[in-house]
Amino acid sequence: MESKNTNPLRYIDWFTVVLVLVLVCTGAVCIYAASYDFDHANIFSFEEFSGKQFLWIGLASVLGLTLLLIDPRFYETYAFPIYIGMICLLALTIFIAPNIKGSHSWIVLGPVSLQPAEFSKCATALALAKLFSGYNFTLAGSRKNYIKALTIILLPVMLIFAQNETGSALVYFSLFFVLYREGMSGLVLLAALGAVVFFVVALKFAEPTMFTGVTQGQVAVFIMLMVIMVAMLAIYCKHMEGARNVLFWYVGTFVIALILHFCGVTVNGMLFFISVLSVACIYTLILAFRGPVKKLLITASAVVVGVVFLFSVNYVFENVLQPHQKQRILVSLGIEEDLKAAGYNVNQSKIAIGSGGLAGKGFLNGTQTKLKFVPEQHTDFIFCTIGEEYGLIGSATVLLLFLTLILRIISIAERQPSTFGRVYAYCVASYLILHLFINVGMVIGLCPVIGIPLPFFSYGGSSLWGFTFLIFILLSIDARRREHLSS
Amino acid sequence: MRKDYNLEKRKYVIGGFIFVIVLIYIFRLVDLQILETKYKDSADSNAFLRKAIYPSRGIIYDRDGRLVVYNQPSYDIMLIPKDVQPFDTLDLCNTLGITKEVLLERFADMRRKVGYSKYSPQTLMTHLAPEEYGRLQEKLYRFPGFYVQKRILRAYNYDVAGNVLGNIREVSQKDMDKDPYYTRGDYTGDLGIEKSYEKFLRGAKGVEVLMRDAHGKIQGRYEDGALDRPSVPGKDLTLSLDIELQQYAESLMVNKIGAVVAIEPETGEILCLVSSPTYKPSTMVGRQRGKSYAALIQDPYKPLFDRAIQGSYPPGSTFKPSQGLIFLQEGIIDLNTQYPCHHGYINGGLRVGCHAHGSPLPLLPSLQTSCNAFFCWGFKNMIDKRSQFGSSAKAFEVWKTHLVELGYGYKLGVDLPNESRGFIPNAKFYNKVYGEDHWSGNTIISVSIGQGEILATPLQIANFCATIANRGYYITPHVVKSIKDTVYTDSAIVKHIPNIDRKHFEAVAEGMRMAVTGGTCRRAALPDIEVCGKTGTAQNPHGKDHSAFMGFAPYHNPKIAVCVYVENGGWGATYGVPIGSLVMEKYLKRTISPARKAMEESMINSNSIIYSGVKKH
Repeated sequence: MESKNTNPLRYIDWFTVVLVLVLVCTGAVCIYAASYDFDHANIFSFEEFSGKQFLWIGLASVLGLTLLLIDPRFYETYAFPIYIGMICLLALTIFIAPNIKGSHSWIVLGPVSLQPAEFSKCATALALAKLFSGYNFTLAGSRKNYIKALTIILLPVMLIFAQNETGSALVYFSLFFVLYREGMSGLVLLAALGAVVFFVVALKFAEPTMFTGVTQGQVAVFIMLMVIMVAMLAIYCKHMEGARNVLFWYVGTFVIALILHFCGVTVNGMLFFISVLSVACIYTLILAFRGPVKKLLITASAVVVGVVFLFSVNYVFENVLQPHQKQRILVSLGIEEDLKAAGYNVNQSKIAIGSGGLAGKGFLNGTQTKLKFVPEQHTDFIFCTIGEEYGLIGSATVLLLFLTLILRIISIAERQPSTFGRVYAYCVASYLILHLFINVGMVIGLCPVIGIPLPFFSYGGSSLWGFTFLIFILLSIDARRREHLSS
Repeated sequence: MRKDYNLEKRKYVIGGFIFVIVLIYIFRLVDLQILETKYKDSADSNAFLRKAIYPSRGIIYDRDGRLVVYNQPSYDIMLIPKDVQPFDTLDLCNTLGITKEVLLERFADMRRKVGYSKYSPQTLMTHLAPEEYGRLQEKLYRFPGFYVQKRILRAYNYDVAGNVLGNIREVSQKDMDKDPYYTRGDYTGDLGIEKSYEKFLRGAKGVEVLMRDAHGKIQGRYEDGALDRPSVPGKDLTLSLDIELQQYAESLMVNKIGAVVAIEPETGEILCLVSSPTYKPSTMVGRQRGKSYAALIQDPYKPLFDRAIQGSYPPGSTFKPSQGLIFLQEGIIDLNTQYPCHHGYINGGLRVGCHAHGSPLPLLPSLQTSCNAFFCWGFKNMIDKRSQFGSSAKAFEVWKTHLVELGYGYKLGVDLPNESRGFIPNAKFYNKVYGEDHWSGNTIISVSIGQGEILATPLQIANFCATIANRGYYITPHVVKSIKDTVYTDSAIVKHIPNIDRKHFEAVAEGMRMAVTGGTCRRAALPDIEVCGKTGTAQNPHGKDHSAFMGFAPYHNPKIAVCVYVENGGWGATYGVPIGSLVMEKYLKRTISPARKAMEESMINSNSIIYSGVKKH
């Protein structure tokens, strides 16, 4: 057992620290490259974005060090007051923040502007961790606890929506990962994910396939439904025999369909998939007589709902959404080309990344980003610079670094002896997951354009500091996890 | 401390989620960066401005080294809209000599143009004359954002030979599609040698690779000009034309419709190539080109139609020497063969008229007097000579082959665009018209005197004349003698040797000499040069006969072969002979003898265009 006054730096997870430092420094270099203006400006000049970013990094290091020195029990104790304070600040921001590009989210303090939404992520994580660490707190079977958790999550979401910062608000929905980890039914996540994926895939891939009557997107959705069904039977229902039979049924019929197709027989894809899925569902219902009834019924109905959803996508799209919403979705899915207006950013960013090739054009040789073809290239579209100057090797490396960091944080979370530490760590991981998912997805043209920064990379003190708070509080908690045990 | 090990497994779901996402993204990056190439091209056109450096266009000289076409600077007013500050509109208008409305219209046009950007150079006005440029230059400081860009225009020392020289124009979309060398705003040759020698004249554009940002603003040279390429100036051309002869021939052809072609027989070099009416090449330069061009298009006399190489005319009696050659070669006649002429060819109920002269006649006097009957008889005897050829059709094919070898019926391959091939029918043609074996010599007798279906360009007639002058061969006629710094090995310029014996050419040449000394071409006689010639009076269903002449001089060792064709000019002797002989005299003596000044005068002042039947509105 350690004494209370042990130097916390000894137990710091240096792996995480190094990862974060690498990401932050690469980010600063990219910002320099992105805002490089042929005047051969000094990378450290405070006139430049990169110089300012180095200043922010310096200040963030001080901040991080300070956070490490603070006893994490402080955060645990004051989690709710911090959260309430942040909520008040968010509310206040709506009224005192100037209108910057339609959003009221920046508090201007002399030369610097800060975005409270970036900091409230940390406060919300702390509050959520605090809630879950309460005595005997459990999500399972407690509607009251669900409401409490959801309130903590949705309060900042609503305030940030009110600030007109849709992107930042969406980030909080990533905390559903935390709820899932802490006991929320996985079906909620699956249903949400399934809905989004089905919607996107079914709309986006409208090209015909080798089978008649179905588009590529619909085939993809059908295959996903098949995979989900087999997975649910195996993992959720633990009905291995059923899973195996259904799998064989799917693969077998699919192979037969392929053979028929190549023998010149016209296969009606829609009819094929519907009938194959129907047979599998009926089989599952038959299994329900002898197996876990409820789970098998849920599995069968999930597939039915999936098919119904697939058919309703078009209806919803055509009849429920507003025209401008439709337009945005179509553009982001690449179905409609709108290179001058809504699609301009994404198209230019794809050009920049695409022109990078395997190894990229080299530091400061990116012509696209350098010549400001990509708007917001030093903030939300910073990933372009990586793609253009360092190519596939560089951009894939950055993605893998992020993946490593996230997986590392998940493993840190799982090694926490306290619920507080674990929930908090999962919050951090969830935020990172969503930021990476949306930001990179948008830059490479897979997600709609939603303005959220790439952590550690995008220019801006608020974002950097926000993540500094998140990461270093986590490191501080982690470094003292043994003390927690001893206390 | 509560730890639910069941829930802990969920870390795999969350970790797996981001793992799959990252995997998908990496696949997407592979697709974008490795598999898809269109983004690389887009990036290049996005960020690089390949600024063309225009080479100077090749200069054109005539055969004696006289400067014919050169370049003169012209100035375009450019502006960068972003840099333009409020200025005195009236001052600018006065300087440029335009009204305010015109200026505003120009600004509006500029903004409407595809690719308009506030940050990149825009053209306000093109082709300012040097004096306008001078005026503007003084005041340019008053108009920030405006600047002047130098361009090159063609200028002409001798304002003649528009049909040969051609002109230059801005490239069309079609040009750019056809040849990737061109980009919008480039110039290319139109008509004449400017077109046919475009690749030599234009040189090669250089390129300066500049980088520009999203606003089109130039950010500097890429890699300090490592990828830049200097321009290569166009090659200078030396024409085979004698530009002063051209000028003289054009002056003789004023107010006449037709053509004059003169060839140096030995080399095939075209000495002059006149199409009348013609136009001044200087009217096709710069800002006025559009207007001039439109006017030329609408001109009922079709000055853009190069009658010398595109006009297909009945050659009339100028065709007779070819008949003599063929009959001699095929053994239909010898120099002693005589055919009767009772004021024409009368056979099988057919009558082809002729004028009064002795009868019967052998070949040479027939050429001398241009006797129709002789050639009709010869033709009939050839086509109907089954003992030798088997059938009329076969005989006709032999006849046709000889003519093709003499340069008729197909393009000669002159180095000018849009040459016409004339027309020599073949047996199939008549089989179609009359039915197989339903025609004979008499059916088509008029072709023997260069009428009927026969059509030839003045160039073909001149070329045939050159073949006789050479006593049996011709070199592909051409207007460009040499290209500077280039060994011009155009395989198209070759020696053609028709399958007709030299002695027959000698005979025909003698006949043509006799026509000048005592026949139809007496007016062609020159004081101390032995001229040979053959008139032609081509009947024409649309009006007055065409006046034609072909001739060469001197008789021995000829230096010039000429063809004159004047539409609706009447007798060959009326216009053809005098103009042809004046052209020969001018070329050979450089001056017209005093005794012939009156003839020269009358040719310059005569007008046959009034007989053309074309009314100018």
